Amino acid sequence: MAHEHKLEIFRGLWKFKSNTQKIWGVLAFLTLVTAVEVVLGIYKPTVLTDTYVLGMKLLNWIFIILTLVKAYYISWDFMHLRDEKSALRRAIVWTPIFLVLYLVFILLVEANYIFEIYKDGFVKWNF
Amino acid sequence: MDTTVTTEIKENAWGGGNRPLGASYGKLMMWFFLVSDALTFSGFLAAYGFSRFKFMETWPIADEVFTHVPFFHGNYPMIYVAFMTFILIMSSVTMVLAVDAGHRMKKNAVIWYMFATIIGGAIFVGSQAWEWATFIRGDYGAVETKGGRILQFVDAETGNRVALADFAKTIPSERIAHEENNGIWFYGEGTRTSFTVNEVIEGFKANPSLAIKTETINEEGEKVVLSRQESLSKLADASQVVEGANLIHNEYGSRLFADFFFFITGFHGFHVFSGVVINLIIFFNVVLGTYERRGHYEMVEKVGLYWHFVDLVWVFVFTFFYLV
Repeated sequence: MAHEHKLEIFRGLWKFKSNTQKIWGVLAFLTLVTAVEVVLGIYKPTVLTDTYVLGMKLLNWIFIILTLVKAYYISWDFMHLRDEKSALRRAIVWTPIFLVLYLVFILLVEANYIFEIYKDGFVKWNF
Repeated sequence: MDTTVTTEIKENAWGGGNRPLGASYGKLMMWFFLVSDALTFSGFLAAYGFSRFKFMETWPIADEVFTHVPFFHGNYPMIYVAFMTFILIMSSVTMVLAVDAGHRMKKNAVIWYMFATIIGGAIFVGSQAWEWATFIRGDYGAVETKGGRILQFVDAETGNRVALADFAKTIPSERIAHEENNGIWFYGEGTRTSFTVNEVIEGFKANPSLAIKTETINEEGEKVVLSRQESLSKLADASQVVEGANLIHNEYGSRLFADFFFFITGFHGFHVFSGVVINLIIFFNVVLGTYERRGHYEMVEKVGLYWHFVDLVWVFVFTFFYLV
């Protein structure tokens, strides 16, 4: 069992004295990120909704990136991936990332194609 | 080096004594399961993305669907889901504290932290049940057209939704009950709505301040509200009244939205529920001193992994269902 914990997050920017302290530190960070998401979700600043990056609203990019940040800290610190051997960590993390990126790419491109077909009016659906 | 893998063979290589990657058999198997479960959830969420991209211009806006908070009246988008997210993260924290206490062989601390985790999980499942019930019941009611599109009613001035009960007329009509002897025997009697389409249409005509909100999303990311003239001609296509949401009809818009909502949050809620049950079993084992006698609390760590995974999935569901 991995009894030794790495007691720093943000690449050593934030160090802790004990594992318990680190847990509360990570909670504080996750709560902050969630609060930012909720505030942005309620107010939806027009600056962020009107700017498009790679075909998607900037606001949505921010949501997705913040989600991945949260996922990182949940798996690294709560699920102790930070303390596992890096080979195990890579096997666990990269397998789903690769498969999911592939699946999402295929499905979204296909969906977008169907959307264009509907939009061009070959199928009447608004009646 | 961090990457080093244990290679020394204590007993027989397949006897379970060896610990590849420095993780015990049980933990490794839990990770196998979690990776495959993560792929299952990704499949669901990717399917959701598929349907959403397919109907990009008519998909319901989550902020207009989930606006309720228990015991409070009014329009509070996001607040309750944010609360649920926080509860789940909090119970994840108490779980990881239980694991930590287990490492230090502090039985009483493990008991209390596990207990807090179970309570947090129960609150979350209860909240989800409430959210389902609210969604199924619906609030304002809408009309479905022959083509399956949803028409909602709003005040033309303010743009606020108006409930059917506020304007529909009561027109006495004869109702013919469906019985086996006067119809197709395997057809059941349909759901009775509070108003008939006719009552809603007549009420709409008599109330000039009303307009129709369609499913279409405009440039500003808001649902298009039709003018009075367009509303009246659109209403001619109405075929039935829809109140609330189920797998076939959804007063909030695209029925696929409701289908995915029930399916994905249902599957996640089932995970939370089974997580609570597994946590309970481990909790009683801790209380009975099983792990104290075994000499280590690794079992708590393994169920902890599952519990954190449930939280991890929720983080994604929260983003893709409620935020994006």
